[in-house]
Amino acid sequence: MALKSETYTIRSSDDVVRVRQIARAWASEIKLSLVDQTKLVTATSELARNTLEHGGGGAMTAEMVENGIRRGIKLTFTDQGPGIANLELALQDGYTTGNGMGLGLSGSKRLVNEFDIKSEPGLGTTVTIVRWK
Amino acid sequence: MSVFQQIVRTHETAILNGWMKEISIATRRSDLMNDAEMRQQSSEFLHLFTEATQVSSEVRSDAFAAAREFLKGVAKSRMEQGFTASEISMFVLSLKQPVFNVLRDEFKGDASKLVTEIWTSGDLLDKLAMMTVDAAIELREQTIARQQEEMMELSTPVVKLWDGVLALPLIGTLDSGRTQVVMESLLSAIVETNSQVAIIDITGVPTVDTLVAQHLIKTITAARLMGAECYLSGIRPAIAQTIVHLGIDLVDVQTKAKLSDAFKIALTRLGKAVVSIKNHPAARAEEQ
Ligand SMILES: Nc1ncnc2c1ncn2[C@@H]1O[C@H](COP(=O)(O)OP(=O)(O)O)[C@@H](O)[C@H]1O
Ligand SMILES: [Mg+2]
Repeated sequence: MALKSETYTIRSSDDVVRVRQIARAWASEIKLSLVDQTKLVTATSELARNTLEHGGGGAMTAEMVENGIRRGIKLTFTDQGPGIANLELALQDGYTTGNGMGLGLSGSKRLVNEFDIKSEPGLGTTVTIVRWK
Repeated sequence: MSVFQQIVRTHETAILNGWMKEISIATRRSDLMNDAEMRQQSSEFLHLFTEATQVSSEVRSDAFAAAREFLKGVAKSRMEQGFTASEISMFVLSLKQPVFNVLRDEFKGDASKLVTEIWTSGDLLDKLAMMTVDAAIELREQTIARQQEEMMELSTPVVKLWDGVLALPLIGTLDSGRTQVVMESLLSAIVETNSQVAIIDITGVPTVDTLVAQHLIKTITAARLMGAECYLSGIRPAIAQTIVHLGIDLVDVQTKAKLSDAFKIALTRLGKAVVSIKNHPAARAEEQ
């Protein structure tokens, strides 16, 4: 059960900065350490930018979740863009179809506790991450 | 066919007087504008409005071009004077009451006609008021965009630490646009000052993601191509860990935790050192 939940649109690079600030605010609300806050915010930046640049825009849903006495921040990035045909490839370090470093997906996965990606070519992509306290 | 147009024209002076009274109640900001100025502006607009209504009842039509232009000017000058958006819209909206008053006197016995005329003229004035607010908002947005640009340049100062040593203390969010400005100003400063070492300090950058890292690496590579060595300083522990987890390879980049450490290696590279003058021959000579 989510303690609170909120959805934000991602349509411009200003929105990427905005959802990053949201991630930081929520992370500090559950008192994540500075290092963990930085990790979550950086993963947010990567995934939000993918939503914008590869997915053609979309949204981020932020949730404050609970598992027993543990609290966490769960972030879900969705778009209705072209999707990813080969997920295994996309998750490889250095793989990019653009001009990026190709470390956004693989890197974010290493920065969080839970990482889930679903993608359907032609329908869009959904990435969910959780960082626990 | 509506007839308020003729009535408005016939009673222009009465309407203007009524309008001035309305304005003085609803929006007058004597701190921002004097009476004569206000009356001049109002009378000019009322005239343009009356003329336009004789020809068309569509505010986007050519007939209203002069009235629209005029309102744009009003929005601009009032914005600059410090009026709020709602105060600016009241300029047009407060014209409704005096117009309705003359219509009421004209159609005393014909309620249905009166409603039609009030609706038509009111609708027209509402649309013009909205247009004025849109113009004001657009102006404000232009101002914001201009200020953002100015800030972008302001927040990327290249400073000279020593002969041959430049520093670029970055503060705030590094989006693509700003990073471009940063990169260019650093590279041109390297040429202008003929510097051998440049230090990029990221103490004030809250998030270093792959996009920022890529921009930094590109800048450092370009500086190197120009014959200058580039160091990266101000990498806080949390940022360092994140960079490692992301898998960003900075082995080719000289990094230091603090700007002062980077400055030290820069001096070493130039064959210079900061020494205490306590036991220095020059200082001793002075003591004697
Ligand atoms: N939301 C998305 N929609 C479509 N394709 C995506 C999306 N996110 C990632 N990808 C694909 O996965 C690749 C790897 O992504 P990433 O690791 O973030 O590297 P980069 O963004 O630098 O290319 C991208 O180049 C792109 O082809
Ligand atoms: Mg990416």
